[in-house]
Amino acid sequence: MNSSLIMLEISVIGLGLVLMLADLFVPAERRRFIGYAAIVALGVLLVTSLSGNGSCGQFDTAFGGMFVNDALSLFFKQLFIVAAILVLFMAAEFSDKLAEGSVAEYYSLILFALAGMLFAASSNDFTMLFVSIELITITFYVLVSFQRGKIQSLEAGVKYLILGALSSAFMVFGIALIWGTTGELNFTRLAAVAPQFADSQIFLLGVLLVLVGLGFKIAAFPFQIWAPDVYQGAPTPTTAFLAIGSKAAGFVLLLRVLFTAVPGVTAHWANLLIVISAITILYGNLCAIPQRNLKRLLGYSSIAHAGYLLLGVAALSASGQSALMYYLAGYVFTVMAAFFVITLVMRHLATEDISGLAGLNQRSPLLAATLTLAMVSLAGIPPLAGFFGKFLLLKAVIEAAQTSHNHGYYCLAFTALAGVIISLYYYFGVIRAIYWSKSPEDVSPIVLSSPAKFSIGACLAGMLWIGVFPNTVLNLTNLAAAALGK
Amino acid sequence: MSILTYIAGWPLLAALLLVLVPRNYRVIIRAIAVLATLISAVLAVKMFAQFVPGANGFQFEQQIPWVESLGISYHVGVDGLNVGLILMGAIVAFAAALCSWEIQTREKEFYILLLVMTGGILGAFASLDVFFFYFLHELALVPTFIMIGVWGRGEKKNYATFQITLYLSIGALIALIGLIALYLKSGANTFDIPKIIEHAKANPLSVNAQNFIFPLLLFGFGILVSLWPFHSWAPLGYGVAPSPTAMLHAGVLKKFGLYGLIRIALPLLPQAAQSWAHVIAWLCVGNILYVGWVAMRQKDLNLLIGNSSVAHMGFIFLGIASLNLIGVTGAILIMVAHGFLAALTFALSGYIYKQTGTLQISELGGLCRKLPFIGTALLMAAMAGCGLPGFANFFGEATVFFGAWTTFPAVTVIALWGALVIGGIYMTRAIRNILHGPLPEKWASLADATNAWRKLPYALLLASLLLFGFVPKLLTEKINPDARKIVALATVENKTGVVIATRSSGRESAPNLLAENQRRLASVATK
Repeated sequence: MNSSLIMLEISVIGLGLVLMLADLFVPAERRRFIGYAAIVALGVLLVTSLSGNGSCGQFDTAFGGMFVNDALSLFFKQLFIVAAILVLFMAAEFSDKLAEGSVAEYYSLILFALAGMLFAASSNDFTMLFVSIELITITFYVLVSFQRGKIQSLEAGVKYLILGALSSAFMVFGIALIWGTTGELNFTRLAAVAPQFADSQIFLLGVLLVLVGLGFKIAAFPFQIWAPDVYQGAPTPTTAFLAIGSKAAGFVLLLRVLFTAVPGVTAHWANLLIVISAITILYGNLCAIPQRNLKRLLGYSSIAHAGYLLLGVAALSASGQSALMYYLAGYVFTVMAAFFVITLVMRHLATEDISGLAGLNQRSPLLAATLTLAMVSLAGIPPLAGFFGKFLLLKAVIEAAQTSHNHGYYCLAFTALAGVIISLYYYFGVIRAIYWSKSPEDVSPIVLSSPAKFSIGACLAGMLWIGVFPNTVLNLTNLAAAALGK
Repeated sequence: MSILTYIAGWPLLAALLLVLVPRNYRVIIRAIAVLATLISAVLAVKMFAQFVPGANGFQFEQQIPWVESLGISYHVGVDGLNVGLILMGAIVAFAAALCSWEIQTREKEFYILLLVMTGGILGAFASLDVFFFYFLHELALVPTFIMIGVWGRGEKKNYATFQITLYLSIGALIALIGLIALYLKSGANTFDIPKIIEHAKANPLSVNAQNFIFPLLLFGFGILVSLWPFHSWAPLGYGVAPSPTAMLHAGVLKKFGLYGLIRIALPLLPQAAQSWAHVIAWLCVGNILYVGWVAMRQKDLNLLIGNSSVAHMGFIFLGIASLNLIGVTGAILIMVAHGFLAALTFALSGYIYKQTGTLQISELGGLCRKLPFIGTALLMAAMAGCGLPGFANFFGEATVFFGAWTTFPAVTVIALWGALVIGGIYMTRAIRNILHGPLPEKWASLADATNAWRKLPYALLLASLLLFGFVPKLLTEKINPDARKIVALATVENKTGVVIATRSSGRESAPNLLAENQRRLASVATK
């Protein structure tokens, strides 16, 4: 057994514990800096994981095949760490809205959720899958309801708790059925025996129930119902982490289950995936149209994006998986940029209504431009990351249509396009509110701290870089997709 | 670096530069925009002059790999098909930047969008890579919506913005599906157009695949070009658009779909093109006759111009549908000529609107007395619009009719009606009501364009129309060899009904070709 493989995860958990302890010794007015220390530490971990000598660079399995390090887990781990760094920056800006003296706890909870995501990226076993999902979800129950004084935050926490517990129950039941029929929990070994059970209704029901649990994590139809409420009620950094980290963790587990554990079953479920993807896209986009609350709007938009990402799963091909991962990489920077602006602008306002953006281009041209570019990228307009990502996803779907002769894929491609066109309406609505609504009386400039400027710059650079020079990321995602196909 | 990169790059660079200029430096903002488009236009003229007609392959080529794993590269180059379009686009963009003095609010954003649009269009025409071809078009398309939505005029602004966004996004995305399907079906594993064509010569696409992809491209591109019955966005959209936007969109960006059909659909999907040709030809009748009819009933000058511009698209589609050398050459000629013409008419109507605040034909009258320069230019534009010899449009339309006669005689007869009679009626009627007759009291204080800068865009566009009207050889000698190659590819396996013998190489010297073409034109004409 090679426990050195989980050094990264151990360091992240250790860092979380250190932050909690640091809370005892650091005076209250300096606690914001605990976050910056955590950012630096995560940055070091990211560099070591990138360098190839780090623990995630060694491609091997540990704990009897439960834990695997490969190109796929490496890609997702980097993605999670980048997301966590940006969320920590955001949390530092948000800290004055959190309860007195609880900032360090918030930081360490983010790190524990991150540890869960890192384990999810490497899980190769249903036990590991369940444990990592629970580590993420339970941490998020706390993160969502962290603003104890705010009724919406508590309400969101309760909703997330009830629906999350329900979906966990489904998932455990599904895992139990799979184990009961096949006697295997390990993905690799399950793949070897699964074909014998291809006709077993109980086994198929088990796989379906696991998908239900994962569908809840990624907010795919019909398990999306929690997303808008929770996005709206949760503290903004939590919402951002939920939109990126939790969703990406759901997708990496979905990829592992569908393409490593039960590829034979997946091949027969193309139509199911097509239908789910199509409905998710339409539901998210159509429901986003009447929204006035910016976070709620992004909640619906994140449902729509779960649908777009499912295009890559439904295509059942390496190019689809690679497109999905590329899209996620662009999505991290885009969504982080959007939530960052919301954090900074809405900080001093009681409302999160879109009208609060009025006059933003006079108050802070940088924030106005950032939010505009984020919306443009989400809508899929060149030259930002969203355009090339959608292009790759569409290409994968049409490729699937041509190789499988399943006309459902063409319908899916047209549905996705319909979704893109619908989404132009509400994304441009946000841009319009920034530049062309009546200016409010308060046009005082928004002062940005230098860490905030730095992280916004990083988001912008990421969006543009991934969109204009897709080569680097695309090579990584191709490798990751190849690892999945093995 | 290829001169084409500079032509498309300067406006984009200037757009970036404008982001940094504070918004109250109005003169500097305007100067940067005008200068950048001027540089593009000068470079385009230089490129046009240096272009060697009939040279083999592409000229001013440049290729930089972008995403190797998918075979996407930044690849620009010109041949006879796009050399005229790039020249026209750059000149129209310069004229549009000059005409933008009418924009008084939020100038900075307007000029940034205008420059992005310019760079996008010119880049799209220069692209020889399917991905960049689409990507740059999309880059130019989105600013159009924003410009119409924000700086548009009239009560129907929101509705028109909504409609144009919906139509054009749907069109562009349908075309995108077609292009991706084409890339995957071709099996060449590259987005490079010349390479795909080369690959398709040895491994042509199956007829089934062609028949699936061609309609996607035809209707996707067709919506972008306002092919009947998908044209209803155009007149209204142009009616409310600020005039620089209408100039660039109606003049240049709209030609993207037509160019895409000629550059990509004809050579790669020949069998489907042949079987769909009659559908295109009959849809043109809708453009020419029906929309011409609608134009006759218009009471608003901009709606009239918008409808007439939709009607003109019909001639281009007819030229493409004829699938022969004369028809395709004529189609490209009209694309260039109509670009200048549409830009000129929208610029003039914009000037009149700025002065009078209305474009209702019934409220105008006798304007030629107060606006001699603008009035004369409008008169000439109207004459060019109904196809008077001496303007570039005449030569293009005549060529298309000669080309189409051999394949679609019935459609040609109807189209001639539309061009000569209907076009003549609405244009002369509009001229009489706007420029002649008694001058209403309220217009006594109108001011003509006196300043040389104000006159320049109109003069430039008129001069271009006249230049290519009197010396069409400048264009035909360049278009001819490459149109011949495209037609040769498009008429594979089906030479019935096409009288022109196809020849594979275009190395013959230009004068010979031209003479031959004229002989052929004459012989068809006497038939």
